[in-house]
Amino acid sequence: MLSDLSGWAITAVAILGVLSVAAGVAVFVVDSMARATFALLASFLAVAGILLALDLVYLAVVTALMMTIEMAIMAVFMIMFMMNPAGLMPMTMVHNAKGSAAVGAGVFVLLAVGIWTIDWPTMNPVRPDDSTRQLGEAIMGSHMLVMLVIGIGLFAMILAGTVLATARGRYDRLGPGLDAEHPDDPVPGGLRR
Amino acid sequence: MTAELVLQIVLTVAAGLIGVGLFGALSQQTIVMVMMGLELVLNGVLLAGGAAWYFLAPELPDAQVLVVVALVVMAVEMAMGFAVTVAFYRARQLDMIDMASDLRG
Repeated sequence: MLSDLSGWAITAVAILGVLSVAAGVAVFVVDSMARATFALLASFLAVAGILLALDLVYLAVVTALMMTIEMAIMAVFMIMFMMNPAGLMPMTMVHNAKGSAAVGAGVFVLLAVGIWTIDWPTMNPVRPDDSTRQLGEAIMGSHMLVMLVIGIGLFAMILAGTVLATARGRYDRLGPGLDAEHPDDPVPGGLRR
Repeated sequence: MTAELVLQIVLTVAAGLIGVGLFGALSQQTIVMVMMGLELVLNGVLLAGGAAWYFLAPELPDAQVLVVVALVVMAVEMAMGFAVTVAFYRARQLDMIDMASDLRG
């Protein structure tokens, strides 16, 4: 069956596909951590463009917006934690590069062999009028359990992130039983002194 | 161009992203770069899910829901990864995974 994507859409998908993989490779090639972050952002935006060409308007916009913000935050962390954020000198910080490349290439070849040998059932798909409406009705109806699990997972993430990022909690100040006479603070002063 | 061929091309791109991401996650030494490799793997999953919806089963919402789950996993991975990085750095002043190899389970 002929694809119902227009010639322009197929061309856009091909170009964006090459761009996404090229940007993905660039993440691990460039010297600067900031450049690596923005290469990853380019890869995400290319994938968002492909999703847009595939009629998944909502998911494409969510991907583009979420990843832009995520990479902006990541750039800040990059500069905080990296010894070479500006890329002023060449730098590679890898271990077992050959083994990792072999695993990566092996997985790619395995997936590609499957992709090109499977007889994909692409006959006569029935397209919904609005893919966003289809998704919305699914997550508020037949697939609500998925949204419930996602909600609990995100809530657990908020709690765990706060616990991990807290430098000194009440147990550090007042002991395991919260019954210390005076709180153990690095700077004296405050209440209960 | 047949729909099957376009699907195979898009899925090959997704497989390429997964392969590159896996290489990065296994080879990089800094924690943040390992996370970038994992994000690339999930990027490939997003693309494969979108392609599966469009070409194989657009009448069902399942593939779209899978893409939503992959997006959430990305957000959770990044938030928890940075929280662990901050906790590591605070406890030991380390930013490389090799320095934490004593945590091997």
